Amino acid sequence: MPAGAETAFSMRGSLFRKNLLTALLLAPAALWLVVFLVLPFVAIAIFSVGERAPEGGYQAALTFAQYANLPARATAFWNTMVLAPVGAFACLIVAYPVAYYLALRAPQRWRLILLALIVIPFWTSLLMRTYAWMYILGGRGIPALLAYVGIEDLRLINTPGAVLLGIVYGYLPLMILPIYVSLERLDRRLLEASADLGATPLSTFIGVTLRLSLPGVMTGFSLVMILLLGEYLIPTLLGGGKVFFIGNALVDLFLQSRNWPFGSAIAITLVLVSVVVLIVANRISTRLSGARRVDLI
Amino acid sequence: MRAFVVAVFAFLYLPIALVVLFSFNAGHHASEFTGFSVQWYGKALSNPFLVEALKNSLFIATTSALLAAVCGTAAALGLQRVGARTRALFDALLGAAIVVPGVVIGISTLVALVQLFAVVNPFLASLWPTDQPPRLALGYGSIIAAHGLFSMALVTMIVGTRLSSLDRNLVEASSDLYATPLTTFRSIVLPQIMPAVVAGFLLAFTFSFDDFIVAFFVAGAQTTLPIYVFASIRRGVTPEINAIATIVLAASVLLVLLAQSQLGRRKPSP
Repeated sequence: MPAGAETAFSMRGSLFRKNLLTALLLAPAALWLVVFLVLPFVAIAIFSVGERAPEGGYQAALTFAQYANLPARATAFWNTMVLAPVGAFACLIVAYPVAYYLALRAPQRWRLILLALIVIPFWTSLLMRTYAWMYILGGRGIPALLAYVGIEDLRLINTPGAVLLGIVYGYLPLMILPIYVSLERLDRRLLEASADLGATPLSTFIGVTLRLSLPGVMTGFSLVMILLLGEYLIPTLLGGGKVFFIGNALVDLFLQSRNWPFGSAIAITLVLVSVVVLIVANRISTRLSGARRVDLI
Repeated sequence: MRAFVVAVFAFLYLPIALVVLFSFNAGHHASEFTGFSVQWYGKALSNPFLVEALKNSLFIATTSALLAAVCGTAAALGLQRVGARTRALFDALLGAAIVVPGVVIGISTLVALVQLFAVVNPFLASLWPTDQPPRLALGYGSIIAAHGLFSMALVTMIVGTRLSSLDRNLVEASSDLYATPLTTFRSIVLPQIMPAVVAGFLLAFTFSFDDFIVAFFVAGAQTTLPIYVFASIRRGVTPEINAIATIVLAASVLLVLLAQSQLGRRKPSP
């Protein structure tokens, strides 16, 4: 807002009042962020270089023993590091055609309705949606139906495949939305130009559509991947204790075996991996959109 | 491609549809639908633990969403008035609040609060005149605060987006016409950002009502609906859970649709 023609004196007073108001507006949020985001993070950082007290809990120390001990949970790390990218990639394969159809092919009057149908599952309880698959894949669901037609003893639930299915089901909407947004913004004249210049539909798709939607793809991929790194419900319910994720290790260390320093070290590692994923995705996105600018000139 | 898209939509909605269908099943098993019945709803709603968990969840979701809506909107308004540096710092923290996995938010809040209580409780006890000093513990408060963190970040972003597309001319016209800043805010800014605030509140409510993992760590002795459902699923799938799932899904869908219609509302044209 313009200060208007005020004298220097009253301007100083109103400036003070303006700053006070700004501070008051920001104070609750700032307090919240500091007390429930920054301080907790500092707390687990301190815990992660500490030692486990004999009765469980924390004993002050400055050691990297907890980090050196990370291989003790190698299986959880391995499962997560394999199933998170594989799951995100599977999501991508299913999501891309849907986003493409919604952005470029769907009839206008259907577009918003279809989009809403994608968003709704994302905001409904992941627990309930995962439970639905547990119900379907469990002994009295599909296996019972298959038994009618003679296929006996088929184990669907508590397998890595079931976990992968749950992952695709749970995170598909989150992958579709950013790809849809990048495709929707795409300048359609580029597609016509490409076709006019004699490109086949396939080379137009690869050279123009896919290329220009890559930032959306990267956003979706990194979002899904980061959320999967901390996933607990899907491996627990559909993997049945056989497919352990980092999330399962954390629940075990904090709520059952009460080894908080070791759990903190794992949590810090998890956050660091997430940050690396974000930075790499960001780099790739920037490079891609940089390339886009050059292409357009 | 259309067939593929149809198949994906079926994939998204069939499992939910099955749960809803079998919540009305007279029989016990998913393999056979033996007749229509609402008995599982009756069973679910006469379970005192379940009703208690539902009440807790409603209270926690309402409180955290209200706090988030107020603080988040205030923050979005405040961020319009600060320099680029402060803004970038806030944006980074708000982004972190949204992106950091729930499991990490849950454990770090647990660790920090347990340490904090270990310091504060003896201090309170030493100050308190009677023998029964108040003791801080995990419970409603910690769940509300932890849920509110994500929700507040969400509201700040949604309202911030709306504020940045707000018609500046109207604000300037209003102050040129000698309206006080408060009047300008009440009659120009607030009506334009209200749909975003309401949508933020509804999404925050849905998030809190649905969240399992954060509450799992910081709930202490309290039970929320997702925690109760998770525990009973682990004991074994029963048709009762189908009934609860149907109620929760219906409530979430309703809230999301409401939020979307609020966000989709055109701002009044000048």
